[in-house]
Amino acid sequence: MKKKFFTLLAVSLSMGLGVAACNPVNPNSKSTKLTLTGSSTVAPLVGEIVKRFEAENPEVRIDVQTGGSSRGLADVSQGLNDIGMISRSLKDQEKTQFQSYAIAQDGIGIILESSNPVQKLSDQQVVDIYTGKIDNWQQVGGENAPITVVNKAEGRSTLELFLKYFDLNNSTIQADVIIGDNQQGIKTVAGNPHAIGYVSIGAAERDISQKVPLKLLSVGGIDATTATVQNGSFPLSRPLNLVTTETPSGLTKEFIEFAQSENVHDLVEAQNFVPVTSSKLVYAP
Amino acid sequence: MSKPKTLSQSPLQSWFTRHKDQCLVWLLRGLAAIAGAIILLILIFLIKESLPVLQEVGIKAFFQDRAWNPVEQSYNLVPMIWGTGLTMFGSVLLATPLGILSAIFCHYYAPQSIAIIYRRLIELLAGIPSVVYGFWGLVVLVPMINRLHPPGTSLLAGICILTLMILPTIALVADAAFAEIPQEYLLGAKAMGLSASGTIWHIVIPTAKSGLLIGVILETGRAIGETMAVLMVCGNVVQTPDSIFDPIRTLTANIALEMAYALGNHRSALFVSGLLLLMIIIVLAIATELIDQEV
Repeated sequence: MKKKFFTLLAVSLSMGLGVAACNPVNPNSKSTKLTLTGSSTVAPLVGEIVKRFEAENPEVRIDVQTGGSSRGLADVSQGLNDIGMISRSLKDQEKTQFQSYAIAQDGIGIILESSNPVQKLSDQQVVDIYTGKIDNWQQVGGENAPITVVNKAEGRSTLELFLKYFDLNNSTIQADVIIGDNQQGIKTVAGNPHAIGYVSIGAAERDISQKVPLKLLSVGGIDATTATVQNGSFPLSRPLNLVTTETPSGLTKEFIEFAQSENVHDLVEAQNFVPVTSSKLVYAP
Repeated sequence: MSKPKTLSQSPLQSWFTRHKDQCLVWLLRGLAAIAGAIILLILIFLIKESLPVLQEVGIKAFFQDRAWNPVEQSYNLVPMIWGTGLTMFGSVLLATPLGILSAIFCHYYAPQSIAIIYRRLIELLAGIPSVVYGFWGLVVLVPMINRLHPPGTSLLAGICILTLMILPTIALVADAAFAEIPQEYLLGAKAMGLSASGTIWHIVIPTAKSGLLIGVILETGRAIGETMAVLMVCGNVVQTPDSIFDPIRTLTANIALEMAYALGNHRSALFVSGLLLLMIIIVLAIATELIDQEV
């Protein structure tokens, strides 16, 4: 009897807790609420920045939703969000309508296992390797061994950037391995001396410094380092932008300034992106 | 808490005393309804999410399109069905005899001390998280297969990893099935002077048949559902393999790889592969039920 009573007590208590957890919404939330929508590449980074921003400003509630860069732009022009997120620069005809504020740079580098004798590949050679025209390392000055082509899964932003730079179509790529995230790519290439892949430069550099047997190849004659991504000379890179239609003011301005500040550089690096140098930043006026 | 017990109970307490059983029954009914409702809700959700693309391109598209290229509006799932099917068959084919034979060893041949250690080790094998298997496969197994025949990430690697992962399931279920065999059967066999191998092949295995079959179905379910380890070692190229050294992609790996970045019809198409997986599991569950009834 007693036991059952306690069981019932426990059940009702836990139900009570559940109800209590559903806090009523703060009635003043309107003035302290922001909505961001857009690119799924930018969203995880912004999500981290939002966490820190909310911790510093407890009254603020920020909602981050993904849906692609195009949704970010569409929403911001229709006033459905406060800030849009896009993982590219604005096109010239868009610049009249929108204002963009870069919060980070994304660069991807081509990686080989460190014992592979091949030191550099031209853009055309990379294209030929990925489309299967070159399938042995001998053809580009390496050992006589078949090339293992490592490609990214459909929908990944690194894949889009790679395809765009090399002007490829995903259906024409002859891949041997398809991977999901950067770490899987790094493990796959580091474990196979005849593999070629591409990953975020931030992630590759960090692992190389931890003695993972990898090397980053230059692209278009430019070394693949966070420094070249940061100064904008590395071709296989793009900015991650926050976009608004009007000149930001109030909370919107505060958040953009926070997202561009040095306070969040560690978050940017943790997501394998490269912080934008302060001399290159466009500040919200 | 040592309060003297009084005869007078509060009305609530006396109500509970009188309706004890009813309370329990309704509580249990409620909990059972929740458990049942969850699986139904999942099914409804999967159907709801996959409907947009099913209405737009029809079911046929998933079997007859040119390739899996959702961004370019083609949604052929057949290579991935092959991928799931082949890894499943391969691993079940390898793990079943291994598991059953090891259970026989453990039950009838091994000295008590070794049997106990052995059982603990198998249980440990069952408890290792799948991502650890995958990681081991990626850094040890795949480079080994790569030396044999590049690229290493392949159907073979997937089968090997899955075999390791489902082996404990069949070994433990078989062990339990053998433990349920009535002692009289074995004593009778002994009395008749049957040899050890005769007892095992003609008494033990036929008696434990239904338990073993259920073990096979359970391991099949696990093999189909496994995602992380397979994703890490199989290469994930969408193609129907020509040899066991070809990379393949399974339905589960497809969802895990693409879901995070999929939008619109692409996302919907991934739900269709989820629905397909659930269907296969439902068929397996029905098969288990039928075997259970038959024996």
